[in-house]
Amino acid sequence: MRIFSLDLYGNILIIIIKFAMPRPRTLRKVVAPPKFTGYRPYGTGEDSEKDSKEYIALFYEEYEAIKLADYDLMNHAEAAVLMGVSRSTFARIYEKARRKIAQAFVEVKEIRAVFGNAVLDKHWYVCNDCNARFTIPKNRKESLCAMCASDQIEFINK
Amino acid sequence: MKIVITASVDAITGSFDKRFGRAAWFCVFDDVLETYYFIENEHVAARTGAGTKAAEKMVALGVKKIISGDFGTKGMKILESFDVQMVIIHEEGLSVRNLLERLSNHKTNK
Repeated sequence: MRIFSLDLYGNILIIIIKFAMPRPRTLRKVVAPPKFTGYRPYGTGEDSEKDSKEYIALFYEEYEAIKLADYDLMNHAEAAVLMGVSRSTFARIYEKARRKIAQAFVEVKEIRAVFGNAVLDKHWYVCNDCNARFTIPKNRKESLCAMCASDQIEFINK
Repeated sequence: MKIVITASVDAITGSFDKRFGRAAWFCVFDDVLETYYFIENEHVAARTGAGTKAAEKMVALGVKKIISGDFGTKGMKILESFDVQMVIIHEEGLSVRNLLERLSNHKTNK
């Protein structure tokens, strides 16, 4: 009897946890962060500096979604695999991104790139001459193979 | 610049070890002085955290480049944050000497 009641409490606890706590978000892989920190409208007739506190926060993963779908012209399924999320989640991120950009356009607001739920993909390269795979740390300028100093290197996602 | 090659024995004729945290020896090569020496990996039989310990050791030694066959996620994270270059070689049957030769070719190519 006692065992049964303990089990019952356990189940109730699980149910409480399930409903009270949302599932943690899987981090979205982003190959390269955007090269800008923001976009600001001009020629609006108002002092643009005045309203710069109002801005739309475009997440890195939303930038990446726009880039993959509309710049690299990938379909959603391929892009979803690249970002490490399901196809439907990708579609949601993409839609959010489009809506944010539309809102910024129509409401004449500044766009700022914000980190969001992204995880930056590691930068791995492969040498086409000796097949070595290697990273290039941020503080190094050269883009040569780490083993044979060849310049025939290619970017890969390990 | 200090370069580390993972090795299974403490001789350059010995074979290159493709594991990072569980390699028995590390060959530390200085490409300016063209000298090398071997250090033992005392965490080779550690139950857990061999990669982390090895990565910490590399950072303490001031190594800038590591040549191995694979890196674990934890070790990789540490090495990445300290800007250590990681190189992965998948070829079979290489000796430490082969890799040292390639590195000196690197210098002459430059």
